[in-house]
Formats: sequence, structure tokens, C-alpha cells
Amino acid sequence: MQTEDLSQLLRQHPFVADLSDQHMHVLAGCASNVRFDDTSYLIREGELADKFFLLRSGRVALEIDMNERGPLRIQTVGPGEVLGWSWLIYPFRWHFNACAVTDVRVIALDGKCLRTKCENDHDFGYEMLKRLSHVMERRLEATRMQLLDVYGSNSGAPVQ
Amino acid sequence: MNLQVLDNQRVAADPMLPRAVPIRRITWETDDTFTLFLDLDGSTSQFKPGQFNMLYVPGVGEAAISISSDPTKPRAVAHTIHRVGTVTTALAQMKHGDFIGVRGPFGSSWPIDEARSKDVCIVAGGIGLAPLRPLLYSLFHHRNEYGRIVLLYGARSPLDLLYRVELEEWVDHHNVEVLVTVDRSDSSWKGHIGVVTNLFTYVKLDARATLAYVCGPETMMKFTLAELDRRGVPQEQTYLSMERNMKCAIGFCGHCQYGPYFICKDGPVFRLPQVQHLLEKKEL
Repeated sequence: MQTEDLSQLLRQHPFVADLSDQHMHVLAGCASNVRFDDTSYLIREGELADKFFLLRSGRVALEIDMNERGPLRIQTVGPGEVLGWSWLIYPFRWHFNACAVTDVRVIALDGKCLRTKCENDHDFGYEMLKRLSHVMERRLEATRMQLLDVYGSNSGAPVQ
Repeated sequence: MNLQVLDNQRVAADPMLPRAVPIRRITWETDDTFTLFLDLDGSTSQFKPGQFNMLYVPGVGEAAISISSDPTKPRAVAHTIHRVGTVTTALAQMKHGDFIGVRGPFGSSWPIDEARSKDVCIVAGGIGLAPLRPLLYSLFHHRNEYGRIVLLYGARSPLDLLYRVELEEWVDHHNVEVLVTVDRSDSSWKGHIGVVTNLFTYVKLDARATLAYVCGPETMMKFTLAELDRRGVPQEQTYLSMERNMKCAIGFCGHCQYGPYFICKDGPVFRLPQVQHLLEKKEL
């Protein structure tokens, strides 16, 4: 797929929809359009985090491997969301598995390519960092709420 | 105490006296949550969506329980109950034909007329779906008078989801956009996983034309209210149902005092600006 076509696809994704033309061109140079089948893995825990994904359609589950208890699914991400930020943070290794729950279409962004471009163009790097920080902040907030186990019996749920 | 000896016509006039009501049936929704169907006298059991009854188990105690059934069917009142304390455990052990004491209905209700020609966004967490179900039924009776109806529902796990069959019916027969999420699951669950506020990512609300109704654990409601605010839904168009330890249910005893309000009498349903400042206070 040509860079121009990828730019058009990227423009449809909320994460980068309002990026400047210049930065969009830089980003599109690291992008590819990818499809994953249901039950296939986009990310494996411990492997090199060499890319990240902007979801266009479908649903992906983040899993923690609980050994003999099998994988525990802790979160799903869907269209319009971002999957993965370990590509930006040393030692660039994934901390979770990510499994396609349905057929999934993503724009995959090459992490190494992006890191290089972020180093070479700090304005672009700062723009990416701001956007990813926002995603991380929202995820952290959601994780805190999840940890509270608000629906548990001792959670202060409605008195009955 | 034999509740059957009470004169139901006399006690109906006194909100502190329970009337004896037989149990029609009990159905289990999940491992720890059940729906109790009562055989009520229709003339004394008219209720509005969001209201609650005080259910009394002789020798055990009384608990405030939201009504979860269709307001147009007052003879078949139902309460969906999370078995968490002594009263609810005793209720869970009752069977068809047993009598319990019932006082009510009490409290404020979800405003429905304000939603006419508007979109409706209902956000429920856990057992919080129960008091919202009568609202949904009321909307369904005049479905063409409302715009979109969006239901965002969060639960602890797939096994904790209430009304699973009905959720599908609401999508198929009442044009409701139902999005369900659970906090955690194994790979057998193909739906969303994560907190209920994540579901806002997948619905585009016309914020100014939307009325929001929220019910669930208080922490979940705080996060939800922040998300609604972030998306531009006006506070004046946001309603929530508060819960406190209700005892008398008529604003006498003060057990459920919440700032200047008694939840039992002034609530449980509040318009957000009424209680926004109280939600920030830790000791209330």
C-alpha cells in the first residue's frame, strides 16, 4: 500500500487523525495495513516490542498467563484504540499477550522505525509521546478502577 | 410473628407498617443474585421506576431493595437482590407461598418525560442494572417517543451478568444499543473486558441531546460521571441513584442522611447538580 493511501487510513484513526500533514507523512513511512485472524496473537509476552497497533476493526484481548490456570483476560481494545507502548520504553519487551478475539484489522507501526524518527525529529517525537501519554493515563485510570473490584461483595456496592 | 394477621388495608395508610405479601417465585440470576417476585395487591403497589420497597423478614430484619420490574405491572412486583447480608440471605432462603413484610414504594424516581425526543444513555454497574430496568421498560412502552437508547453495562465477570436473555431481547425488539463489559474473564468470553467507562469509546453520543441515567457502586458512578462530563453531557441532564443505609424510608430516622438530603425521601434518584458537591466529600 502506498504511503498516501496509508495516510488516508491513518487520518480515520482518532489517535492520529489531527496530526499535521508533515508528521503524518513521517508516520505513514513506518506504517503497514495488517489483518489478523480470530485467535491469532498480535503480541507475545517477553518478545521484542518492535511495533504497535492502531485498531481499525475487531477486538483484541490482553492476557496474563496464569500458568496452570491458563490465560486471564484483563482488558480488550477495539476500533479507534491503541495497542502497545512498550516499543517506546526500554527494554522494548512486551509485558502481556494480545490475542485477537475476532478478525482484526490494524495499522501496524514499526517501533524501531518510529523510535529513530522520534530521535531525529523531536517535534514529531514529542507529539507521539503526548498522545501515548494520554492513552497511558486513561489506561492507568481504568486499571485503578478495575483493581478496586467495585462489583465485589465488600466494595461498598448498593446496600441491600 | 405471623404477618398474615395484619390488616393490609389499615397498614397501607401507615408507611411504617409492613403489609403481608406472599412470594410468587424466586429465580436466580447469578450465583449470588436472585429476583424475588411478589403477589401484590395492584391498588397499593403502584410504583415509579427507580423507587424502592422495604422488605421485612420476620425475626431477621428489614432492607431497602430497589424495584426491578415493569411499573405497568404493579401486581407482579419484582426485586433483584444481591445476597450480601443477613436480610438478603434470609430472603434468598424463602420459597413460593412464604410471606414477607413490604413497605413502600418509597423515594424519588427516574424522570422519564424529560427524555422525550431525546437520546438516552443508561450506565449500569453490577446490581445497579436492577433499578434501571423499570426505566427501560417504561421507555419501551413508548419507544417511538425517544431517540437512541444506549445501555452501557459493566459487571465483575460473565457469570455475574444480570438478565442475560433480556439484554439480547432489548437489542432485538426494542432497538437498544447494548454494550456489556466485564472486569475479567477467561478466553470463553468474546465480549468487552475492562471497566464500564471504556465502553464510551465505542458509542458516539450527541451530548447536548442526551439524558444520562447512572446507577452502580459509588466509585463506578464517580468515574462514569467524569466520563460523561468529558464527553459534554450537561450535568443538568445527568441523573444518578444513590444508596445509603436506609431504615425508616420516610426521612424520620436520619440513617441515610446525605448532606442536606435524606436518601430515602429526597432520593434515591438525584439530578447530578443536587449532589455533585457531596460526591467530593469523603465523610458522607
